[in-house]
Amino acid sequence: MRFPFTARNLLIAAVIALLVLLPVYTALSGNAFFLTLFTRILILALAATSLNLIMGYGGMVSFGHAVYLGIGGYGIGILAFEGISSGFLQWPLAILVSALFALVIGALSLRTRGVYFIMITLALAQMVYYAGVSLSRYGADDGLTINRRSQFSGLIDLSNRTVFYYLCLALLLGTVYLVWRLINSRFGLVIRGAKSNERRMRSIGFPTYRYRLVCFVVAGAICGLAGALLANFTNFISPAMMHWTRSGDLIVMVVLGGMGSVFGPTVGAVALLVLEETLPFLIGKLGFPLFGESAARAAEYWQIVLGPMLLAIALFARGGIVGLLTRTGRD
Amino acid sequence: MGLLFIEQCLNGLQFGLLLFLLAAGLTLVFGIMDLVNLAHGSLYMLGAYFAATFAALTDSFLLGVVLGLAATLVVGMAVEVVAMRRLYGRDHLDHVLGTFGLILFFNELVRLVWGPAGMSLIPPAWLNRSIEILPGVPYSAYRLSIIVVSLAVALLLYLLVMRTRIGMLIRAGASNREMVGALGVNINLLYTLVFGIGATLAGLAGIMQAQIQTAYVGMGENVLIVALVVIIIGGIGSIRGALVASIFVGLIDTVGRAFLPDMLKLVLSPAAASTAGPALSSMLIYILMVAVLVLRPGGLFPAAGR
Repeated sequence: MRFPFTARNLLIAAVIALLVLLPVYTALSGNAFFLTLFTRILILALAATSLNLIMGYGGMVSFGHAVYLGIGGYGIGILAFEGISSGFLQWPLAILVSALFALVIGALSLRTRGVYFIMITLALAQMVYYAGVSLSRYGADDGLTINRRSQFSGLIDLSNRTVFYYLCLALLLGTVYLVWRLINSRFGLVIRGAKSNERRMRSIGFPTYRYRLVCFVVAGAICGLAGALLANFTNFISPAMMHWTRSGDLIVMVVLGGMGSVFGPTVGAVALLVLEETLPFLIGKLGFPLFGESAARAAEYWQIVLGPMLLAIALFARGGIVGLLTRTGRD
Repeated sequence: MGLLFIEQCLNGLQFGLLLFLLAAGLTLVFGIMDLVNLAHGSLYMLGAYFAATFAALTDSFLLGVVLGLAATLVVGMAVEVVAMRRLYGRDHLDHVLGTFGLILFFNELVRLVWGPAGMSLIPPAWLNRSIEILPGVPYSAYRLSIIVVSLAVALLLYLLVMRTRIGMLIRAGASNREMVGALGVNINLLYTLVFGIGATLAGLAGIMQAQIQTAYVGMGENVLIVALVVIIIGGIGSIRGALVASIFVGLIDTVGRAFLPDMLKLVLSPAAASTAGPALSSMLIYILMVAVLVLRPGGLFPAAGR
């Protein structure tokens, strides 16, 4: 495969290299904080990648995508609570149930367009959220602690941090590859065609509704897998996993990284979560020589910097970070 | 039971009219500028904080409210000029990202300026009592004042939109903005004005809510989602739709929360009903919205030209 040295490809290569080599660094430095942070980033990047499939390529802006994170998570949590901890049973079930929910939600929502689609996916996700709140057997509002991570009869040990990290990385890279293959297949061309002109696709004989629905279900299933990972990672599930603000976070990751680019959501997830972790530190450090002690207090209010940064990206960087680099790479 | 029902219906009406104040601005901005403004809830929050601060400074409730509204208007117009203006005509996702950033900014700003603790706006004595609306039915004068003020604002808004020159331009802008611009109307100024009106209405809603509960950081986010539900049910861009839908939503939500758990006890075991009840009553408005969208994909009152 040709590898042109554009800024965009260099950034993606750098991000992959960083992700692959990170456990080496944490093992050498003995600082496990970054490993935990980046495991979370990988899981959310997986969820954002699945959202990008429908949003970036299919034009289906789902404002309720975090619901599948919750359903996948609850699939693991409920089975673990009921005494079934075999991952070979838990994971396929979690993915299957997520896909089923996506089928129902998609079948209803895909009848609408545009803003109405955004809002109906939000409404359906809110319903599932409140259903989660009412599950009193499984902790209702407070959530449920998972005492035992999924067991893969000794093949994969999820309680080992490094193994867990590489599992997430492998699943993320595998999914990115899958999405890349999918959008370049005949199926993907139909989906992308339906995004740019649905009437035309229908009139040349494609049942776009069914194609879109299949795409929606695939994305839901992938996000369900991310939910299964997240539940195992935090050892905890709660309705908060599927709150609408989490769906908003996923949209922000995709748009920030670059919609309609297979690696964009990963870049966006890394950028957003690393910024969240480092901004307080940076503000404190950079401001200290200028403002002294007050800089340390200002660091608590780091979102006051993050907010305008997101706004600036929305205003000036069409196509997110990856889009920005694509343009400079061509110049 | 009967008394309680009347009281809950009034509460529902009051909540619905409060929602209308938020939804009216949202639906105007959405309908005319085609802008998804998630930060509308931030203006709601700012209105409450401004009014509480000014009321404490001036020692006068009414002066506090008026100054609070003026300050919200200024902030709203500033936000439009600095940020929103550049977002018109862009993809809805850029709106989501940009206004999400604004939410973070305003929440943190409020925490920085006013501190993490909430702030309360205490209604004056002439509002902070209950009056008998029917013989033997006392009702909070304060909540009654919300109903009266909101209805007056709805009427004013109706007159503004349907009976004045500005309103004519607003309606024209909603159906075809390029044409209005081409006819020589200063469309930038019109947009700033519309955004300012929406911001002030949101601020007013926040001020009134701040006296039922305290003002707190993030108070706008939850109510924003309900306001979005309202404008979708009503039909984007339609003020009449927003009014009907907000009263519907307010009544269903409030009355559902009050009576659904008891009604469920008739068919379910008490334990099951006590957990399913609140969840189901929270779901009611979303069920309503999905039903409306499946039956009428453009909302109840689809605005012309969309």
